[in-house]
Parts: sequence; structure tokens; C-alpha cells
Amino acid sequence: MIALAPPTQVPRWVTHVLVPVTNLLVAFVIAGIIIAAIGEDPFKAMKLLVLGAFGASDLIGFTLYYTTNFIFTGLAVAIAFHCGLFNIGGEGQAYVGGLGVGLVGLAFSGWPAPIVILIAIAASMAFGAAWAFIPGYLQAKRGSHVVITTIMFNFLAAAMITYLLVEVLIQPGQQAPQSREFDANAWLPFMHDVLRGIGINMGQSSLNLSFVIALIAAFLVWVFIWHTRWGYEIRTVGANQAAAVYAGISPSRNIILAMLISGGLAGMVGINEIIGVHHRLILDFPAGFGFVGIAVALMGRNHPLGIFFAALLFGMLYQGGSELSFDIPTITRDLVVVIQGLVILFSGAMEHVFRPHIIAAYIRIVGGRAVGAAAE
Amino acid sequence: MEEFFTMIVLIADATLRVSTPLILAALAGLYAERSGVVDIALEGKLLGAAFAAATVAAVTHSAWLGLAAGITFAVALAMIHAYACVTHKGDQVVSGMAINILVAGLGPTLALAWFRQGGQTPRVEGGARFHPWSWPGAEAVADIPVIGPIYFEIISGHNMFVYIAVLCVPLTAWVIYKTRFGLRLRAVGESPEAVDTAGISVDWMRYQALIVTGILCGIGGTYLSIAQNAGFLRNMSAGQGFIALAALIFGKWRPWPTMFACFLFAFTDAVQTRLQGVDIPGIGIIPVQFIQALPFALTVILLAGFVGKAVAPRASGIPYIKER
Repeated sequence: MIALAPPTQVPRWVTHVLVPVTNLLVAFVIAGIIIAAIGEDPFKAMKLLVLGAFGASDLIGFTLYYTTNFIFTGLAVAIAFHCGLFNIGGEGQAYVGGLGVGLVGLAFSGWPAPIVILIAIAASMAFGAAWAFIPGYLQAKRGSHVVITTIMFNFLAAAMITYLLVEVLIQPGQQAPQSREFDANAWLPFMHDVLRGIGINMGQSSLNLSFVIALIAAFLVWVFIWHTRWGYEIRTVGANQAAAVYAGISPSRNIILAMLISGGLAGMVGINEIIGVHHRLILDFPAGFGFVGIAVALMGRNHPLGIFFAALLFGMLYQGGSELSFDIPTITRDLVVVIQGLVILFSGAMEHVFRPHIIAAYIRIVGGRAVGAAAE
Repeated sequence: MEEFFTMIVLIADATLRVSTPLILAALAGLYAERSGVVDIALEGKLLGAAFAAATVAAVTHSAWLGLAAGITFAVALAMIHAYACVTHKGDQVVSGMAINILVAGLGPTLALAWFRQGGQTPRVEGGARFHPWSWPGAEAVADIPVIGPIYFEIISGHNMFVYIAVLCVPLTAWVIYKTRFGLRLRAVGESPEAVDTAGISVDWMRYQALIVTGILCGIGGTYLSIAQNAGFLRNMSAGQGFIALAALIFGKWRPWPTMFACFLFAFTDAVQTRLQGVDIPGIGIIPVQFIQALPFALTVILLAGFVGKAVAPRASGIPYIKER
């Protein structure tokens, strides 16, 4: 029986770096086997992918633009995980958050740029949070399983926004279901414009100031989870609901709170996509980013720093993947989805499979102070 | 009156057709959850089986080989779930989601590489597809009032899988409640310690349950791609695995109520197809997006309030760890 890991008296880098990296490697090896199975060269694909993601300053910009989305959705999934909830509704929450941003962009024409942008950011969080509130409330008060309700809310969000874009917000006289372009005062500045202002030249890309907002959000989530009372309560509920009740902590209140914050973070994808890049409300802009958040959170072990690196990895996969599909047409975004599934499988569901072996191997090789634990 | 009757018969006919994958997937989930394993990968298994069945049917021109491939692939996915969650005590919901996402990407990737048709399989025709069965005398009695249309539309003229799905319900009820396997299955989902004490392997029971889950999902997925439709399309399962899961909860993990829950969801779907573009007196035309969202909204509403107290099998979702 290897299911129970021996008491870990090994250095933290073994459990926090070596184990996740091994899990990740296994996922990539299997992805490589799939690439080989469809008749392409996995090493060539890997090389094209890395070059496509980091080969030039504009490509790095696009990589970081995707990273921004994944930081938001990864944080969203992580904060729900800390409360013991599996929020797979990031997709719908991001979509509705984007709706909030879009409505602000349309309504506040002519206002000073900083004010419009601040209201838009607030709207993205409020709309995303509102969309997560109902599943959170139903889980807390009625026991409706949050996994099923959030999935349903993804479908409902898609239906609602399709309706709004096709029937209500569509630009008059246009065929495509999208809103009119916002006035330039509602645009979040592009990073290449900002950097040019301080004398740095960067190729044009979709990267905008949302990236900075994402980094700030990651820092604030770290403070919130580990250095505030609310974060402590959420973690307590996630670790043991019964114990939380005895400690005077209300599970239902914290479940709702965690879902609100989770939805708010997912909604912030709307900042990056709607006022950062498209400057209008469009159909299907979340494009699976909400689901990537699950892989990002699991890989990053629900810690903001880990989430940043995991988001960067998936940013590379998305950007490099789309460059790759120009060179190798049989490899599309779908392969990135496969890798995503493999990462969730090996970093999440199968995280216990290699861990005891790695720890045992470490002890065998290094020996020393952990011998007692290994003798078990 | 005549027209109204015809409409009811047609809706009943559509309900049966739509409910087939739901019933198969919900019963699949029933075996898994009754054994104590939560399986949100019903969706992925339906989709994976749909892909495997359509691929093999398109290549071999044999629907039966397609069915075999669909079942095999779905069982393989179920075994990944079992390996992660039963053998290695991994998180069952995370594993399920991993399988869902993996399959959503894998199907189109392989289909594109093998068939070069933008992530779909070629259309399957003739012997590569399962066709509806026409019952004896259906044509002859079709014109007889009342009984004719009922026999012609509702009883006759369905795909083999429609009958299989409905027959699986009493079969499952018998297996669960009347056989030794069923007794052990229920016990392992409620009180694995007791089963373990009796000298029966908890893990092996759960593996067996997941094999059955895989077989049923395999049949359901095969129905989607080479019976109801004529080929594999990206995301063709469209949330049906999740709706099946909701039906299972609404049916309180019991075969017959679960079947009726599936009928309810399928009925909503059948009605929504008929409501599209229809001018309802006093309401007007309901936007098509709202009508399409009906089954999803119904799922949330049912889960939120009208289920009564839904008590899952007690050990459902909890890995069983033998004492050291």
C-alpha cells in the first residue's frame, strides 16, 4: 500500500518542486507520445512552441497576455479550493464579468479614462461575483453540488450573452453579433505603448496593463489567504467543516464568501479581454480560459506564486501552440487542451502516484535524517 | 384536438430519443456512485465513446465494431479514473474533470490528424450506422386513430439503443436490489469498512462498478455518434453527462426515479425544439437562446429546491484507506 505518504522529513524543495515538476514531466512525455502517434516530431514541435512563445519581444507579449487570463482564473479556482469547493464555473464567471466591463464601456462614453477604467474593473468583479454567488448560495444553504450548478451556469451565461449580443447590444446595421467599439477613453493602455513612454521598445502585442492588475491580484490573494482572519476562516472550512463549526466559524458564510471572491477573480478576465484587447463586447471571448484555471491552480498548488509560474507555462502553451499550428497544421489548440487535461490528471488526481517513490528515492540516495521515516 | 394529439405523440417520440444517452449515462453514474466513487467524467466518457465509435465505424464500415470500440474506450477511461481514485486515492472530482478536458481535446486532435476534416469524423452511412427498427405492422396500423400513431411513433421505429436504455432500468434495479453483486455494491458505497471486514475487496468492488459505468457510457456515446447522428462532432455530448448526473441526484440514486428524471430533462429538450419560433399567446416569441437554456435552468432549479433531501451514498466521494 503506497497510498499513504511516509511522514515527510525531506527538504521542502523535494515535495514542493521536485514532485510537481515530475508530475508535469510525465504529462508532457505523454503529450509527446500523442504528437508522435499522429505522425509529427515531438522535439521539433517543442522547439517551435518555445520559439513561438519567447522568440521575439512581441511573442513574449502575447505569452504574457495569455498568462494574465490564467493568473485570474487560476487564483479563482485556488481560492475556492482553499474552501474545499471545486469551482468549475470560471468560464461563465469570466464571461459575465466581461459583460459587466462591456456595459461600462458602452455606458460611460466621454468620461475621464481613469474613472471609466476603475468602474470597469469594479464591474468585472461585481458581475463575476454575482454569477458565482448563486451556486455558492445554493451549495451553502441547499446543498446543491457546486460542481454541477457551476457547469450549468456556464451554459446559462453563454445563452444569456448570446441573446444580449444578438438581440440587444449588437451594433446597429451590423451582421456580426458584437457591440460597437468603445470610445478610446475606456481602453486600457497596451504595454508596448506604456513601455515606449519610458523609452523601452517592445513589439506590438495584446499585452496590456491588465498584466500588472493580475500581479497585484495575486499578491492580494496571498495576503488574504495567509494573513487575514477571513482567509484563515476559509482555509479552516476547507480543511475540516466540523472543526470550523466548533471553532465558531460558519461554513455557509465562508462558502459564499469564497465563491464571491472566486467569481470576482474569474470576472477580471473581462478586463484583459474586453477593455484591454477587443475594445468591444464579443461572443465566446473566454475561449476555455476558465477551464485552464483548474490546471493552473492544481499545478501551482493553490499558491499565488505557483499559480504565476503555472499561468506562465500555459501562456507559453497557448501562444506557442498557435504559432506552432502555422508550421504544423495538424497540431491545433486542441492539443493544448489535451496537455491541460494531462496536467490536471497528473498534478491533481494522480499527485500521490509518484510522490512516495520520489521521496523514497531521495531518502535512499541522500539518506541521513529521514531514515526513520523510510523504514516504515 | 387531432393536431394536439399528434403533437403529444411527436413530443413523446422525441423525448424517448433524447433520453436514451441520458438514461445510459445516469445508470452508469448510478453504479459508480452506489459503489462510493463520484464520477463527473460521464460527460467525457460519452464524448470519448462517441469519438471512438465513429472513428472505427468510419474506417471499418461496421457499426458493431464501432460499438465495441466505443465501449472499450469508455471502459479504458473509467479504468484511468479507477487507477487514480481507487488505487491511489486521488481526488475523484479532479480526476473526473481531467478526463473530461482530456477527451475534449483528444477527440478533435486525433480526428484532425486521421481524417483531415477539421476535427470531425467522416459521415458514416449504411452498415456503419445503427438504424431505427421498424416493428411488424407499423406501417399498416399507422392510419388507425389513436393506437396507430402511438404504435408507429412511440413504440416502433426507434433505434436499438432506445430499447436497450429502457431495458437497462429494470435490469439495473434487479442487479442493485436482488443480486449478491448489488448488495455488495450498495454496501461498499455506504459502509466500506463493513465490506472490508467481511473479507471482500473494496477496491475490486469499485473497479467492477466502474467497468459497468464504462460499458454503459460506451453504449450511450456510441448512440450519440453513429445512431442518433452520423459521425463525431466536436463537443457533441454538450453537457448531457452533467445533466445525467443531475438526473441521478434528482432520482436519489435509484434506477426508476432516475429514469423518470431523465425523461423530464428529455421532455424539456423535446419541448424546447418545438417552442422555437412559436408565437405563444400573451408571451410572444421567446428568444431561442432562452429556450435552449431551459434544460440547464431546470437542472439548477431541481437541484436547488425540489429534490427534497438528496442523501448520497454515505461513502460516495471518499477514498477508502485500509488501516495500516
